[in-house]
Amino acid sequence: MAARDRLGKYGLRYFALGYLTMLLLIPVGMISYRAFEHGFSAAWSSVTTPDALHAFLLTIEIAAIAVVANTIFGVGCALLLVRSNFRGKALLNAIIDLPFAISPVVVGLALLLLYGRTGWFGSMFLDNGVQILFAMPGMVLATIFISLPFVVREVVPVLHEIGDEQEQAAQTLGANWWQTFWRITLPAIRWGVGYGVVLTTARALGEFGAVAVVSGRISGQTETAPLWVWREFGQFNTTGAYTASLVLALIAIATLLAMNSFKRKEAS
Amino acid sequence: MSIIVEQARKQFGDFVALDGVSIEVPDGSLTALLGPSGSGKSTLLRVIAGLEKPDSGRVMISGGDATDVPAQKRGVGFVFQHYAAFKHMTVRNNIAFGLSIRKRPKKEIAERVDELISLVHLDGFGERYPSQLSGGQRQRMALARALAVEPKVLLLDEPFGALDANVRKELRLWLRRLHDDVHVTTIFVTHDQEEAMEVAGQIVVMNEGHVEQTGEPNDLYEHPQTEFVMSFIGPVNQRGAVFIRPHDLELLHVPAPEAEEAMVERIVNLGFETRVELLMANGEQLWAQMTRDEADLLELTDGQIVYVRPRRAKVFEPNGDPRTEEIASAA
Repeated sequence: MAARDRLGKYGLRYFALGYLTMLLLIPVGMISYRAFEHGFSAAWSSVTTPDALHAFLLTIEIAAIAVVANTIFGVGCALLLVRSNFRGKALLNAIIDLPFAISPVVVGLALLLLYGRTGWFGSMFLDNGVQILFAMPGMVLATIFISLPFVVREVVPVLHEIGDEQEQAAQTLGANWWQTFWRITLPAIRWGVGYGVVLTTARALGEFGAVAVVSGRISGQTETAPLWVWREFGQFNTTGAYTASLVLALIAIATLLAMNSFKRKEAS
Repeated sequence: MSIIVEQARKQFGDFVALDGVSIEVPDGSLTALLGPSGSGKSTLLRVIAGLEKPDSGRVMISGGDATDVPAQKRGVGFVFQHYAAFKHMTVRNNIAFGLSIRKRPKKEIAERVDELISLVHLDGFGERYPSQLSGGQRQRMALARALAVEPKVLLLDEPFGALDANVRKELRLWLRRLHDDVHVTTIFVTHDQEEAMEVAGQIVVMNEGHVEQTGEPNDLYEHPQTEFVMSFIGPVNQRGAVFIRPHDLELLHVPAPEAEEAMVERIVNLGFETRVELLMANGEQLWAQMTRDEADLLELTDGQIVYVRPRRAKVFEPNGDPRTEEIASAA
């Protein structure tokens, strides 16, 4: 009996570990191995070309804008979903998950239709001299779209969990809506927002499909890091492609570690 | 500051929480809203606080119409059953919250917080977080936080409901004494009649969204106006329209006028008090309450036959005023 229990316990553990090793660890490990195949300096110089640096900078800028936009929208939307009742709430709730359901390429094509020369909004912006497609605004729109649900989905359960009594207590103590939000609600949901930000960042940094469609992929101009990786890979610069992939992964991991260290510092 | 509620109605979907409730709470009093769950007592308290808007009716606080005044401007202190502690703030910052919202000078806030911390016996706990406090301590912190802004009225929603029985008893007494010191008009909600009797100067008994009776604790116990009040406040044996308090049942060894035969089913000793469960000839079950000494004198045993007669009873006949019948006077 005890032996069977132990077999079950360890068997499950090793199965989970083996599964993750095959699917996650080995592929990522291979990337790091191939990146440094020709030494560190070769890897370094492959990702510090002007085009590569521009791609990284552009990716980080776009991700930063998307994170700020989705955090503000996400927190507001979560408050709306949890703290108020209105007609169409279920619909709003469903629409938020749309980016999870739609392929990024489709998102890119949809933006192309809307903001293209003959699209509803495209001609309006173009007439006023604003270029949306094949430029930064289009890429930001695409990135916001695909990474929109994360903050909402992280914050909603936290808001449910903390309940509204603390907010009501603040109200009876004389706090207005804004004071209540800043001093009670936001601190109470901060780690939910934090995880939302980490996920949004990771997703925005890695976005390929939607941005590939709307950016026009002009190297040195509208080429983000994932697009750069893809192009270099196609041109047999495998060292550059693998090293850049590794850098992208490290940036995402760094945001997660940064949040965890804030959290630990606060807990102590 | 007095509180007057006039004809308050509040409906949640199909459920009528308040069905035209009117109450008057005199300045400086300590009033209990007592009733079973779903009686509307918490809703009434939240309507007074401005946390819930009545569908109709008015709320007057110290003579002014407060019906349309938002909660943040009503000047009420509110204490929640589950404390509603600001978890990310220390005890000091919790208590200081209302004052810092009012942008009082730092020094004044610090002094006032020190004063309140010792008032609620939390000396030395100022730098702790709510998660490091016991339930009783959290509730005292919540009370200090509500008192910090010198509210016109203090409202407590089942303040001791989530606490252990011992802590509960202790805090009841403490609330009573605190009220004697601070003297702010206080309303607290409870479903525990003993708590209401022990703490409050005035009790409003609520049932199914309306007020059954208002009065002093003793008055409600001695002169209940409705069957509901009779059976909700204090223990009772009901026989049709006749209600008898268990301590008004007299047990005799020999037959007597007005006395009925009964069998002793079980004797329960609760220290000072003894409960005797009785089975009547017609199958009815009654219980009598007496002191341990009285029970010892009777030398009761399980299965014994005794004769039961009420000393007094309350009769609630349909379409009639309730009347008290003095039946037999104990020797």
